[in-house]
Amino acid sequence: MRVAIAEDLFLLRDGLTRLLQAHGMEVTAAVEGGEELLEALRKDRPDVAVVDVRLPPSFTDEGLRAALTARQELPGLPVLVLSQYVEQLYARELLADGSGGIGYLLKDRVLDGTQFVDAVRRVAAGGTAMDPEVIGRLLTHNAAAGPVAALTPREREVLALMAEGRSNAAIAQQLVITERAVAKHTASIFVRLDLQPSDDDNRRVLAVLAYLNG
Amino acid sequence: MSSDPGSDQSDVAVHAFDGGRLRRTLLAPFRVAYLVSLAAAGGAALLATPLLLAARVFGGQPDAAGDHFHLYFGLLVTLVPCLIWGASWATGGRGRAAGAVLVLPGVLTVAAIAFYPGGPPGADHGVVWLSPLLLTLGVLASRWVASEHRRLVTRWSGVPIADPYRALPEGSTAQRLRAWLSGWLTDPATWRDVAWTLLCAAVAAALVVGLALAPWALDMLGPRGTGPHAVNGFAHPAVLYGIALWLAPLLILWGSPLVLSQHARGARALLRPSRRRELAARVQHLALTRADSIDHGAAELRRIERDLHDGAQARLVALGMALNAAEQFFEADPAMARALLTEAKDSSAKALVELRDLVRGIHPPVLADRGLVDAVRAQALDLPLRVEVSGDLAGRPPAAVESAAYFAVSELLANTTKHAEARRVWIEIGHTGDMLRIGVTDDGRGGADPSRGTGLAGIERRLAAFDGVLAVSSPPGGPTIANLEIPCASPSPKTSSSSGTG
Repeated sequence: MRVAIAEDLFLLRDGLTRLLQAHGMEVTAAVEGGEELLEALRKDRPDVAVVDVRLPPSFTDEGLRAALTARQELPGLPVLVLSQYVEQLYARELLADGSGGIGYLLKDRVLDGTQFVDAVRRVAAGGTAMDPEVIGRLLTHNAAAGPVAALTPREREVLALMAEGRSNAAIAQQLVITERAVAKHTASIFVRLDLQPSDDDNRRVLAVLAYLNG
Repeated sequence: MSSDPGSDQSDVAVHAFDGGRLRRTLLAPFRVAYLVSLAAAGGAALLATPLLLAARVFGGQPDAAGDHFHLYFGLLVTLVPCLIWGASWATGGRGRAAGAVLVLPGVLTVAAIAFYPGGPPGADHGVVWLSPLLLTLGVLASRWVASEHRRLVTRWSGVPIADPYRALPEGSTAQRLRAWLSGWLTDPATWRDVAWTLLCAAVAAALVVGLALAPWALDMLGPRGTGPHAVNGFAHPAVLYGIALWLAPLLILWGSPLVLSQHARGARALLRPSRRRELAARVQHLALTRADSIDHGAAELRRIERDLHDGAQARLVALGMALNAAEQFFEADPAMARALLTEAKDSSAKALVELRDLVRGIHPPVLADRGLVDAVRAQALDLPLRVEVSGDLAGRPPAAVESAAYFAVSELLANTTKHAEARRVWIEIGHTGDMLRIGVTDDGRGGADPSRGTGLAGIERRLAAFDGVLAVSSPPGGPTIANLEIPCASPSPKTSSSSGTG
C-alpha cells in the first residue's frame, strides 16, 4: 500500500513514516506543507493520504483545505486527516461529498500504532474512520432531534461504531452480540434513514452522514 | 427619570404616519402649555429673591420686625424641608414631585409680592433674611426644570440628552451629599441650568405677552391706528379680542409644533454635557474598562497557570516517574515494567486531553482557522440544541474583537443551554457600517435579567472594553433576544478563502 504524508512537525512526520513502513506500507512522500502535498498527490497517486490539519504557511486549516482540493481533483482519493483537536464542522465538510474513504482522527490515536494502521487501511479501502470524540459529541447534539432520534438506543450504538469505521465483526465483538444481530441492526438503520440499497460501503458512509447532519 | 424614553418612539412606529402625526399635532399644545408653566415656575423660583430684595429696597415704610413674625416663621418651616428634599433629589433621589416642592416657595413669594394687599410683604422685616435660602432653592429648582426639559425632549424625540452633571461617587448618602455640596457651585452645569431656566422664562414671557397684546397692538399700530391710546382705530378692542379668541385654536395648533421643535433644538444645544464633561466621562469609562480588562486578563492567566500546574504538568511528572520506575524494573520484573509503561501511556493521553481543553478555552482553534462565523457554527454543533447560524462577514474583524465576540456568544449559548429550556436557537452574524452585530434568539422560557445573572453582566463588562454593548430582551415566557454590537472598522477582505465545502 502506498501512502503520502503531510505533517509539519519533523518528529511526528518521521514517526508516522516509520510506523507505516514498519507495517509494510510504502511512503511515497513525506512533506511539510499543503502545496507540496498536492504536488506529490498529483505525481505519485498514492492509495491514501495522511494529512495534518494545521500546515504551513498559514498554520490554520491549510491541510484540511488541501485534502478537500485533492478530493475534488482526484475523486475518491482516500484521505485520513489528523488533528490536535476534532470539530464536527470539519468532519461534515470532509464527508460532504458522500463518497467515503475519509478518516478524521485526533493525533493522540497515533500512540496506538496497530489501531492507527488499521484506520489507515480502512480509509484506503474506502471506509470511514471517525474519531470517537467526534462521535461522542454527536451523541450529545443529536440526542433529541433529527432522523437519528427515531433509532433505538441499540441502533444508535451500532451507528456510532459504524461511524468510527468499524466492520460488522468488530461491532459485534464490541457490543457482545452476534454478527447476524449487527447485520439486522444495520439493515434496520438503512431503512429508517431511508437509504436505498446499493453498495454497502457507500450506504454506510451515507448513514454516517445522516448521523452527522442530525 | 422613571418614564420610558422609548415609548413615544414605538408608539409613533405603531401608528405609522397619519395616526402618529395627528396625535403629535393634537398633543403639541398641551406640551407647549406644560413647557410654559415650567418656564414660569422656574423663572419665579429664581426671580423671587431679587424681587424680595427689590421690594425691601424700594418698598413702603419700614415696620417693626415682630409684626410679620408669623410670615417669617411660615416661610422658614416651608423652606427648610424643601431644601432638604431638594438636596436629596440632587444627590440621586428621583421623582417629579420634588420639582413642585422646589419651585413652590419662589412662586408663593412672587405671588405674595405681587398680590398682597397693602404694603408689600418682606419689604420691611426679617423675611428678607430668608432670601439666601430662597435663592439656594431657586438654583436647585433650575436644575429640576432643566432635568425636566431634558426628560421631555428625550421622551418626545426618542433621542436622549445625557446628564451633564458631575458624577457622584458611589457610597453612603452622607458621602454623596458631601461630594455634591463641594462640587455643586463650581459645576458649570449648575450655571447652565440657571441660564437655561431664565432664558426659558424670558422667552415664555415674551411669547405670552406678545400674544396677549397682539390685538391691542393691531388696534394701536395697525391701519387707521392713530397713535397713543387709540380706540376704535382699526376696530373695537372687544371685537379684535373676539376674533382672536376664534383664531386662537388654529394659531395654537399651527404654532405649537414649531415652538416644540425650536425648544428641542435649544435644549439639545444648551442642556447636553459640555465637550469637557463628555471627555471627562469618556476618560472615566476608559479607565474603568481598562481596569476591568486588566483584571480579566490577570484572572485568565491565573486560571491557565493553575490548570497547567494541576493538569498537564502533574501528568507529565507522573509520566516521568512511571518511565523511571519502568526503567528500574526493566530487567528484574518485565511484567511490572510493562504495567508501568501502560500507566505512562495513559498519563500522556490524559495530559493531551487536558491541554486540548485548555487551548480551546484560551483561543478555540476553529476561531483561529476560520474566523467567527465558522467558530460559532462549530460550537453550535456541539450543543444539545438545534442552532441555526446565518450571516457572513466579508473578512476577519481584529483578533481581539473576534475573540471577545466569540466568547460572548459562547456565554450566551451556555446560558441558553443551562437556563432557558430552549429547543431552538437562531444566531445571526453581520457587519453594518462600523458595527459588528450578532443576534442570538431562542425559543426558551425567557426571564433572563442582566442585572441578576453574573454571566450576562460579565459579557457586558467584557464587551465594554471594546465599547460594545449587549441588549437583552427576555420577557417571561420568552423568547429571549440578545443583541451584541461591537464597533469595529469594516473587516479587511479575506486573505485566504476557506475553500469549497463540496
